[in-house]
Amino acid sequence: MTNTWTDIANANLVLVMGGNAAEAHPCGFKWVTEAKAHNKARLIVVDPRFTRTASVADYYAPIRIGSDIAFMGGLINYLLTEDKIQHEYVRNYTDVSFVVREDFDFDDGLFTGYNAEKRTYSDKSSWNYEIGEDGFAVVDPTLQHPRCVFQLMKQHYSRYTAELVSQVCGMPHDRMMKVWEEIATCSVPGKTMTILYALGWTQHSVGAQMIRSAAMVQMLLGNVGMPGGGVNALRGHSNIQGLTDLGLLSNLLPGYMTLATDPEQNFDDYIAKRTLKPLRPGQMSYWQNYGKFHVSLMKAWYGEAATAENGYCYDYLPKLDVPGYDVLRMFDRMGRGEVNGYFCQGFNPIAALPDKNRVLKAMTKLKWLVIMDPLVTETSEFWRNVGPYNDVDPADIQTEVIRLPTSCFAEEDGSLVNSSRWLQWHWKGAEPPHQAKSDIEIMSELFLRLRNMYREEGGAFPDPIVNLAWPYKGVVPSAEELAKELNGYAVRDIPDTTGTGGPGVKAGQQLGGFANLKDDGSTASGCWIFCGSWTDQGNLMARRDNSDPYNMKQNLGWAWAWPMNRRILYNRASADPQGKPWAGDKRCIWWTGKAWSGTDIPDYRPDVPPEAGMNPFIMNPEGVARFFSLDKLNEGPFPEHYEPFETPIGINPFHPNNKQVISNPAGRVFDSVWETLADHKEYPYAATSYRLTEHFHYWSKHCRLNAIVQPEQFVEIGEVLAKEKGIAAGDRVRLANKRGHIEAVAVVTKRIRPLQVNGQTVHQIGVPIHWGFVGLARNGYIANTLVPFIGDGNSQTPESKCFLVNLEKV
Amino acid sequence: MDMNRRQFFKVAGIGLGGSSLAALGMAPTPAFAEQVRHFKLTHTKETRNTCPYCSVGCGLIMYSMGDEGKNVAQNIIHIEGDADHPVNRGTLCPKGAGLLDFIHSPNRLKYPEVRKPGSNEWTRISWDDAMDRIARLVKDDRDANFIAENEKGETVNRLLTIGFLAASASSNETGYITHKVVRNLGLLGFDNQARV
Repeated sequence: MTNTWTDIANANLVLVMGGNAAEAHPCGFKWVTEAKAHNKARLIVVDPRFTRTASVADYYAPIRIGSDIAFMGGLINYLLTEDKIQHEYVRNYTDVSFVVREDFDFDDGLFTGYNAEKRTYSDKSSWNYEIGEDGFAVVDPTLQHPRCVFQLMKQHYSRYTAELVSQVCGMPHDRMMKVWEEIATCSVPGKTMTILYALGWTQHSVGAQMIRSAAMVQMLLGNVGMPGGGVNALRGHSNIQGLTDLGLLSNLLPGYMTLATDPEQNFDDYIAKRTLKPLRPGQMSYWQNYGKFHVSLMKAWYGEAATAENGYCYDYLPKLDVPGYDVLRMFDRMGRGEVNGYFCQGFNPIAALPDKNRVLKAMTKLKWLVIMDPLVTETSEFWRNVGPYNDVDPADIQTEVIRLPTSCFAEEDGSLVNSSRWLQWHWKGAEPPHQAKSDIEIMSELFLRLRNMYREEGGAFPDPIVNLAWPYKGVVPSAEELAKELNGYAVRDIPDTTGTGGPGVKAGQQLGGFANLKDDGSTASGCWIFCGSWTDQGNLMARRDNSDPYNMKQNLGWAWAWPMNRRILYNRASADPQGKPWAGDKRCIWWTGKAWSGTDIPDYRPDVPPEAGMNPFIMNPEGVARFFSLDKLNEGPFPEHYEPFETPIGINPFHPNNKQVISNPAGRVFDSVWETLADHKEYPYAATSYRLTEHFHYWSKHCRLNAIVQPEQFVEIGEVLAKEKGIAAGDRVRLANKRGHIEAVAVVTKRIRPLQVNGQTVHQIGVPIHWGFVGLARNGYIANTLVPFIGDGNSQTPESKCFLVNLEKV
Repeated sequence: MDMNRRQFFKVAGIGLGGSSLAALGMAPTPAFAEQVRHFKLTHTKETRNTCPYCSVGCGLIMYSMGDEGKNVAQNIIHIEGDADHPVNRGTLCPKGAGLLDFIHSPNRLKYPEVRKPGSNEWTRISWDDAMDRIARLVKDDRDANFIAENEKGETVNRLLTIGFLAASASSNETGYITHKVVRNLGLLGFDNQARV
């Protein structure tokens, strides 16, 4: 979230789209209720299903699954043509005036530089600004230049007419206009809309672009950086935010730093490439400090072994020859016998990944599998025959599986990062059952064994293993020791640099924040964005002061938020260019004449006066927010509507004559996956997966209470379709496609209605997840059996929200 | 008909309307003090925690029995929302309300186990045997398949034959030590639940 759960209370309008907070995030959704009750806020829900969130909305509009970019593109067109934008914000705080290179173009669904054979944009060089002789980007403040971002954006979305969008989305025209008109009212300075989304936006082949299109709307309305505004990801699990912050992804290091690629053989070049220089005069471009973050991480990992001479052990880290070995790529390789061993730590891939049968088959090729989990998972028992739910012969599966019992949340100390970026400390309340151990203990024991083996036996490149810093008092580090290392400390005495004659920082002392980090090896920090969480003042994540002196719902004394306890990101944009809040009831930070001050911690340099012209988006070299995303995303600089890979209408109505761009032309599809994709003529029904309020993922079916309240697998079918198919409520039905089938009880409902899309009737079917072949609830089929093995063009997140099926009564 | 308060409610619960019973003069006699059930949390220890499910991060109070003596294991008997918490303000949702059953689920794993190739069952093993075995499997595979240089002779130091999926509810501290260990084996096939 750019903002926080409690900050939703400051909104004038709440748009829930691509999520269902009332059921999936119930205790966070109460802040929507709060906004309605105390801020006279309105709630709009756009969703394929009439969810419980929709049931308390002021207005609901149905949308066909996978058409959200069309909706947002149409809205952008509407805001621009009706001139409903926050002019001063857009002109000053975004890239609308930047001039784009002359060779950039968009033609019938494709941007320049497309390589059809490789299904990717192999040349993105034109997706860039024109750079002037002074080394800065060229801008045209009049916005009249035909190639300035404002004009290009206007032109790009002029094709998104209300008529076409309504047809593509299957959303009745009058409903759509009502939603757009209401959203447009938030272009008034100081009136804010918040957007709440979740996996309903991420789990698409164009998920990242969907979210970008929403961010563009929020920028046009001047809502980013504002109390009650923002683009707010309601993340799916309790510490997905934290594990992402810590870089537990194929291509990342902690704090959103990136691993090197093969050609980056030199440490200085690696750092220089990531040290982004300002693209406009006077801008902060905070990634200029990349070297300080990186070297501090290397000091935390390798201690004295990391020296300036060896590039701080630059070669210890693996390099990438592809953009990433994400989980889909790893399971594709596994299926081809290229992976021997696999670890699953609190992760149940056979249920969580798409195309269960493909995943299962891949796993049988593993030589060994190690499971760490507090609970029995389907993955740990993939070799067990459970009748139709897991139809395998154990004798055929030669994988050795080692299963280790772990502690759960109640049995350990530590911190989690919630959606609001709050690091909240929690305490152990009991010992783990029987012989279960914590994951910290298990990882430590594994590492120390390996270190001994490499010391005694030698082996392949032992250096990063034998030299890994392990400065912990016991064999197993405590959560406190690790939290302090994450924050960071001075490796040697650092003299004061503020000129105030202060004592500086002594060796071993905890650092106060990431401004203290150095690139000369004198500081160590495990994750620069967490620097400030455990300082000399102690563990700030454990703070419990819930007071809110400004009544702005910011609770600065509760836990600790990254970065530097700032609760609203980009909050400099909550004030106008002169430093005054856009509106009194939306004040966040302001210029006092000497410094920035306010209800929140400034996400900005506190001593830069407004007239210096430093812009609010300090992480971007431009200083402003981007409508034109340069070469950062793989499908192009502006979000464009592409159909799901399994489209119920078979064409892209925006480009009816170009078969190349029916679906994401830069989406990655493995060769063997094409033949598993379903065609709408054979499999006509559009299905989507989701969570129920009574269950969490595949865990709570192990909890008696949850298994009682929601014991058996079901699917939701609209009344019209049920009647067509002769299906009554309570019948057992079968959903099938080329990848497999599931059988479940039919719930026949008014809450999913057929939509008219591009001149045809599209029926949608709801497939709740949560069931499997272990647990206290009744056995069920893994819902993801039906989901295609396809990922988003950037994040590689599977397209679990759109797939085609056939339906029959059993 | 003479009944105490509890029996009265039992009868009333079977289906006879409580009010009609009372109307017939069958109201219960006053309860005796010794029959009052003591407040079950009186002697418990409170521990602050956060919900491990979705990303709202609701504050929890866990109540456990046990006097914290060296040989006494705390047993968590009740969980409720933390009323001081600024987001959930004491409430829990239907998922969080069942958390006690997570801790005490009969499906909690208890011991290290191994399923041998082709076998249809788990065999219990010791922690030492399990960890020795895993370390050996990792080292042998790493030594056999580690790629120090690519075909161009560039230093790449990666291992692609082992993959690791990290959790979604483990703490930052667990995530950090996991990253520190896993990356330094040279692993790139490393992801967490955020990917899906």
